Amino acid sequence: MSGLFAALFSVFAWIGSIIDPLCGPVGVFRWFGTGTLLACGDAGWGDEIAYGFLVTASLAIATLPVGLAAGFFIALAKQSNERSLRLAANIYTTIFRGLPELLTLFIVYYGLQILVQQFLAGIGYEGPVEINAFVAGMIALGVVFSAYCSEVLLSAFKAIPHGQYEAGDALGFHRGKTMRLIILPQLVRIALPGLGNLWMALLKDTALVSVVGLPDILRQTGVAARVTKHAFEFFGVACILFLILAMISSVVFSALERWTKRAEMRR
Amino acid sequence: MSIAETMIPPQAPPPAPPRPYTLSRFIGSVTLGVWLALAVGIFLTVVNGWDPEKFSKYGPSFVSGLGVTLMLVISSIVMGAVLSLPVAMGRMSKNKIWSWLSYAYVYFFRGTPLITQLFLVYYGLGSFRPQLEAMGLWWFFRDAWNCALFTFTLNTAAYQAEILRGAIQSVPRGQHEGAAALGLSQRVAFFKVILPQAMIVALRPYGNEIILMIKGSAIVAIVTVFDLMGETRRAFSRTFDYQMYVWAAVLYLLMVELLRNVWALLEARLTRHLKR
Repeated sequence: MSGLFAALFSVFAWIGSIIDPLCGPVGVFRWFGTGTLLACGDAGWGDEIAYGFLVTASLAIATLPVGLAAGFFIALAKQSNERSLRLAANIYTTIFRGLPELLTLFIVYYGLQILVQQFLAGIGYEGPVEINAFVAGMIALGVVFSAYCSEVLLSAFKAIPHGQYEAGDALGFHRGKTMRLIILPQLVRIALPGLGNLWMALLKDTALVSVVGLPDILRQTGVAARVTKHAFEFFGVACILFLILAMISSVVFSALERWTKRAEMRR
Repeated sequence: MSIAETMIPPQAPPPAPPRPYTLSRFIGSVTLGVWLALAVGIFLTVVNGWDPEKFSKYGPSFVSGLGVTLMLVISSIVMGAVLSLPVAMGRMSKNKIWSWLSYAYVYFFRGTPLITQLFLVYYGLGSFRPQLEAMGLWWFFRDAWNCALFTFTLNTAAYQAEILRGAIQSVPRGQHEGAAALGLSQRVAFFKVILPQAMIVALRPYGNEIILMIKGSAIVAIVTVFDLMGETRRAFSRTFDYQMYVWAAVLYLLMVELLRNVWALLEARLTRHLKR
């Protein structure tokens, strides 16, 4: 069984190395960076930076569904009839929209460490505990993202007229089905521009996780800059890589927007 | 056949049906309970771990850190506002070169993380030391505080230029035409007709931008500027006391909430003529 997984993993790694846009056979660094500081392999820093690119992208992509789902339920809580639920949701957004992302990250990183340590000490394990920076970053960024996302979704919910819910009732749908078939498609269409902005903010916030030691773009380029003393070049590369991520996402989002608005298009 | 002989005495309305105990009510109570427990827990740890010596030692440094943060945010916002004017003009200009240049500027500063820009300036410009010394600019870029101020100003100028441009373009065309019909010159029309209306539209985004800068300014702690976050990190690294982060969180929350409420008041006051 483990052999199967190992084989699968190596197949995925091989496919990844083929389509790697930075250091693969058709990668940018492979073609244009040979002989420079950005060469792939042991000669340069290309492969390290490519790994950082992968980490940054996967952190943002892993955070997105968590934050979206949490934000959706918080938005539902904010428009509930129940006063205590509304209050609890509002406290959540006030706190996490008001705190600096860096501070949230530190609180999650060190707080989790202390909590896990105390828990382990409670069951009789004494020893150093190291929290995974990726997980801490995912939690911190997801919390911040969900707080902002709930505001965007709340205003999108308010833009959907009440008659849409009544139409669902008239058709005999129960609440979940009304939400899924009638409300959600319209919600996505209305909220998509706001969510696009939040995604850009998330992408930029991932750079903060390098501070707690996650080997993302900024950390890898920072290490390279310290070793080679070519700080301007490497941080410039980091900026360009973030710009490329931003460009890719804006292309994807405008395609998504066109797709959600396909019903409104003139034929 | 019966005749009613007595009046039915007035009766109390039927009692209101008890509110059903729904799932959302349950979840609401539980989450409120969690918040309450967290608040009490934090309060208790602060009370238990209260150390007058620590307070007298680190309290003043927190205050000075707060001052550094406020100073940094205010000066970069003001300088960014000045710098954003030509950028916004460039974005709206018909001249291809100007509009392309300002578009590239805005795209770069809005598309990359602030922390990367800060590193690019603080560490990156250090590798141009001989050239900077020759130009007599090295004293400026040698200091982390100056680098932070420089980066933040450039960054916020890009965001503010977009706010300004959006607001000016949101003023309807008829306002321009009306001003032209009254024979106002372009300059007077811009400053007396267009800009006041644009500023009302821009008020809320400006508030958000200031809040973003307050939150974003925390990253200067990484390049050894001792703002509120930097003082917190220093205090934490000396005491390993988790309370320090709680104090910083409270101070940041206070700043942001205060600004948000002031801004809401300001907006209500400035748009009172638009209320019906």
